[in-house]
This record gives sequence, C-alpha cells and structure tokens, in this order.
Amino acid sequence: MEFTFSKRARTLTLVLIVAGLLATVVGIMGDTTDHHQRTWASLFVNGFFFFGIALGSLYFFALQYATESAWSALLKRVYEGLMGFLPIGAGVIVLVLAAGHFGHLHHLWHWMDPEVTNPDNPEKYDALIAGKMPYLNTGFFWLRTIAYLAVFLLFARWFRKRSLEMDRQTGDVLVTNHKTNYRRGALFLVLFAVFSSMLAWDWIMSIDVHWFSTLFGWYTFSGIWVSAMVAAMVMVLYLKRKGYLPQVNNSHIHDMGKWVFAISFLWSYLWFSQFMLYWYANIPEEVSYFMVRVDPGLQLHNGFRWPFFITFIINFTVPMVLLMSRDAKRNPRFLMTVCALILIGHWMDVQVMVQPGTLGHWHMSWLEIGMFLLFLGVFIRVALTTLTKAPLVPVHHPYMDESVHHHI
Amino acid sequence: MADKMIYAVYDDPEVLKSAARTAVTAGLKVSDVYSPFPVHGLDPIIGVKRTRLGIVSFMFGLTGLSLALLGMSYFMIWDWPMNIGGKPSFSLYQNLPAFIPVAFEFTVLCAAHGMAITYLIRNKTLPGMPARNPDPRSTDDKFVMELRTSANPGRNAEDIVSVLRGTPASEINERSSH
Repeated sequence: MEFTFSKRARTLTLVLIVAGLLATVVGIMGDTTDHHQRTWASLFVNGFFFFGIALGSLYFFALQYATESAWSALLKRVYEGLMGFLPIGAGVIVLVLAAGHFGHLHHLWHWMDPEVTNPDNPEKYDALIAGKMPYLNTGFFWLRTIAYLAVFLLFARWFRKRSLEMDRQTGDVLVTNHKTNYRRGALFLVLFAVFSSMLAWDWIMSIDVHWFSTLFGWYTFSGIWVSAMVAAMVMVLYLKRKGYLPQVNNSHIHDMGKWVFAISFLWSYLWFSQFMLYWYANIPEEVSYFMVRVDPGLQLHNGFRWPFFITFIINFTVPMVLLMSRDAKRNPRFLMTVCALILIGHWMDVQVMVQPGTLGHWHMSWLEIGMFLLFLGVFIRVALTTLTKAPLVPVHHPYMDESVHHHI
Repeated sequence: MADKMIYAVYDDPEVLKSAARTAVTAGLKVSDVYSPFPVHGLDPIIGVKRTRLGIVSFMFGLTGLSLALLGMSYFMIWDWPMNIGGKPSFSLYQNLPAFIPVAFEFTVLCAAHGMAITYLIRNKTLPGMPARNPDPRSTDDKFVMELRTSANPGRNAEDIVSVLRGTPASEINERSSH
C-alpha cells in the first residue's frame, strides 16, 4: 500500500516549521550571549538530537538484518523513513562545527582555539588540553568527523537503494541480496560500535574538555537508541491510526513497546553508573562535570540541578512505571503519550549534556523551544516524504510471512 | 459418583490443537494438556487464564527493594553510621546513590527467587513431589489431553469419548479417580 502525505499533515508540519522559525527569530533577537553562543548551542543540540534519531533508526535497521529478525520485516520502511533526516542532521552538525572552527563564529568547543595549546601564550595556554593534543587536534578531529558521517551516509544510501531494488526481486536473487544485507548489516554494526562512542567523545564530551568518562560513549549511544525506538513507535502508531499498515498487529506494537522499555533501562543504567562512580570517588578533576549539574549551591547560580534530575525521572521512572504492564504496551493512545514524553526527556538530556559547558546557565525559552519545533517539523516532513516514495510494506522480503504471523 | 478422567493421546501439537478446538466447540471443558514442550496458541483454545506470575514477581521485587533499603539504613545510618569516602552518613537520602547497587541486586534476587519458588509451589513441582503426569510418554513425544466428567456436568464418559473419537487421537484411555 502506498502512503500519501495527507493535506492535514502537510499543514501541521508547516505550522510547526513556521511557528518554530518565528519563536527562534524572537529567541535570537533576545540572545545576549557572547557570539550568539546560545543560538549555536541550540542549533547543535537539535541537530544532534534529530540526527541521533535518524542514526538510531539506521542502526536498528542494520541490527534487524544482522540478527536475522523476522518480526520487524513489516516495519522496515518506517525505519527507512526515519533515516531520511540523516543527511540534513549531518549537515547541521558539520555547519556548527565548521562555524566554530573555521568561521570563529562561536566557541562551543573551547579546545579548537589554537592559542590554548600554544606554550608561548602563557595567558591562554592550558596544559591539560595540550596533553590531549595527540588525539584532540583539529586535523584528526575533522578526519574522524568526516569518516563517521561518510560511513553512516554511505550505508544509509546503500541500504535504502538495495531495499527499493528488492521490491522488484523474487526467488534466488532476493535471497542472495538478503544475505548480502545480513553481511552489510553486521559490518555496519562493527563500524557503528566504534564510531558511536567516538562521535560522543568528539562532539559532546570535548565540550567539557577537561573532563573525561569512559562510559560517555555508551551513555550517548543508548540515548540515541531509545530516541529512535520511541520515534519509530510514534510513527507506527500514527500510520496505524490513519489506517495504514493493517498487518501490523498488537504483538508488533507490544514488541516495540518492549524495546522502548528495555532501552530506557539501558540508558538509566548507564546514566546512573556514570553518575554514581564519580559521585562516590569524589576526585576533583572527575567530579567537576557533575558538580556543575547537581551541586545544590550552584543550582541558585546556574539552574542545572532540576533539569538534570527531572530528565532522569522522565527517562527512567516514566517508562519503568508506565510501561511495565502488558496492557500498557498494547494501548496505542497510552503508548503515544508516554513515548512523546520520553522523546522530550531525551531532548532535555542532550540539552543538559551541552548547555553547562557552552553557556554556563540553564536556558529554556523561545530560542530552545522554537528551534525544537522547527527541527521537529522538518524531521516529520522529511520522514513522511520519504515514506511516500516506496510501498509502505516491502513488496518482497524473505521473512514477510513470518512477520505477518507474528504472535506473542 | 466417582470422577472419571478421559485421556486422549495425540502425536502432533497441531493435531492436538485442532482436537482441542473440536472438543471445546462440542461444549466440553478440557481440564489440562500434558505435552513435552509448551504448545504455542493452545492456552486461549482450552481457556487457560493468563498467568499472574508477573504480578507476583513485581510484589517480590518491591519487597526486596524495601528490605534492602530498610536494612542498609539500619546498618549503615542508624545503628552504626559508616563513614565511607568522606560521604555524609546522617540520612538515607544523602547516601542513596551508594545504596542503589545493593538495592537493585536484592530486588532482582527476591523477584527471581520468589517467582521461581512460587511457580514450583503453584505447579506442585517442588523437588521430591510426586509427578502428576498421567502418561509418562507425554514427556517424550505424545500430547495428552485430559477431560474430567466432574468438570463437564451433564455429560457422561461415553458422551465425551464419542466426541474425542471424532478427532484423530492415536488412543483414548479412561481412568477413575480414587
């Protein structure tokens, strides 16, 4: 069945984009920070968050092939739709990085300033950053960034192209291509395992450049993963409500709900492990990251304590309590509400990762919310447009029969 | 009148399922099925209620969590305040992050053991208990359906057997309870 982008959905996404744009403009006019740092930080947060949803979908798509999962064959196109935003998200990230490094338009990444590693400049020289030079230098940084994005975009393009081709294939050709997908999926997972951690160190952890955490990569990755699971869930529920995907039954929805539940726990586990170990050891250079975020005395000054803990409550307690029962995972209206809440929770999480090191104070008003609505509108528009370009259910898939009869 | 048990033996899970459907359609109540492995989709046919083991597990988990927090606040805060790593040791709230790993593990321990033991007791399969299995072949390659006259008021044994004869049972045995 073909998906048509309804007039109502077009209007709604346009309203989101226009409203977001207006709020962003109002926000930018009120942005009094040095170098419009706040605008750039907001652009980066949203670019990364929505890039993360697309990347998480690509990862999950590859995972389904690598694990030879059958139940999700029906949902393949939904993940492809969410992957549609990948190039735009990558573009925004590169734009923000390049504006900081080459344009000197902001200083989100303090270490990019060549003076901080120049021993002849005693005023700006920072021995700790200089010690990280073998890894954290701009040349190698750009090489890595380009490598991650090139690999992700190439794989996404390849998977999509092959997926459309397979719609016209049957028999041995289809099976051969399916097996190639299986191998490519596994290869992608290997690359993604390394790159997902490294991109978190490079793009986000290096904002708080004096601090380091070996867990940070997985923590960011789990956030990306759960955001993608939630976005896919919302998309499937939307499509089902509109009468599409009639073969997707309660069991598929239930299993997707289990993914949201399980990966929320993974995220919470990593969040807590990182927090608890630093809190317990209380070593000055290690605990600095959390001091800024949780110290009750600093809360009055920078306002990060409540966003930090509220984020954890939304992303851990909400899915744990509300999605534990079987009935909850089979109730579309309820799931939609909970998933929307978790999505906002993970967006807040990226804000809490980025804002302390770049702005120093908690900001949440026109600019942040406007930028979110703008990106949300664009993301939905791109995803739905991608869905219109191919049959909503893959025409041929070796596991289609198994997926249609999925029953748990 | 003594309760009579009728056992219909089948060779295949799918045949068993269609036979169960036939029996239920004929208005019979299937008391139980004995099979070498769980038969997917059988429960709704013979009207087995959904298990409440998940609720039990949740309650055991909650008990474990409460016990762990209660125990640690007694040991480490109230009875003998411990100074570990210079952390303030005057309230549970201030030390909570340090107690979470233990609380988590104890929750899992209680939930898992509680659930397993409840399951064994409820099924009467604790170690050393006599097997209730009517036909040992159902632990190998046979699928045995049990119907009781006591569970089917108004139907006598001959009536039940005649319904089962209409299904591809490899044999039908009758037994009286003592």
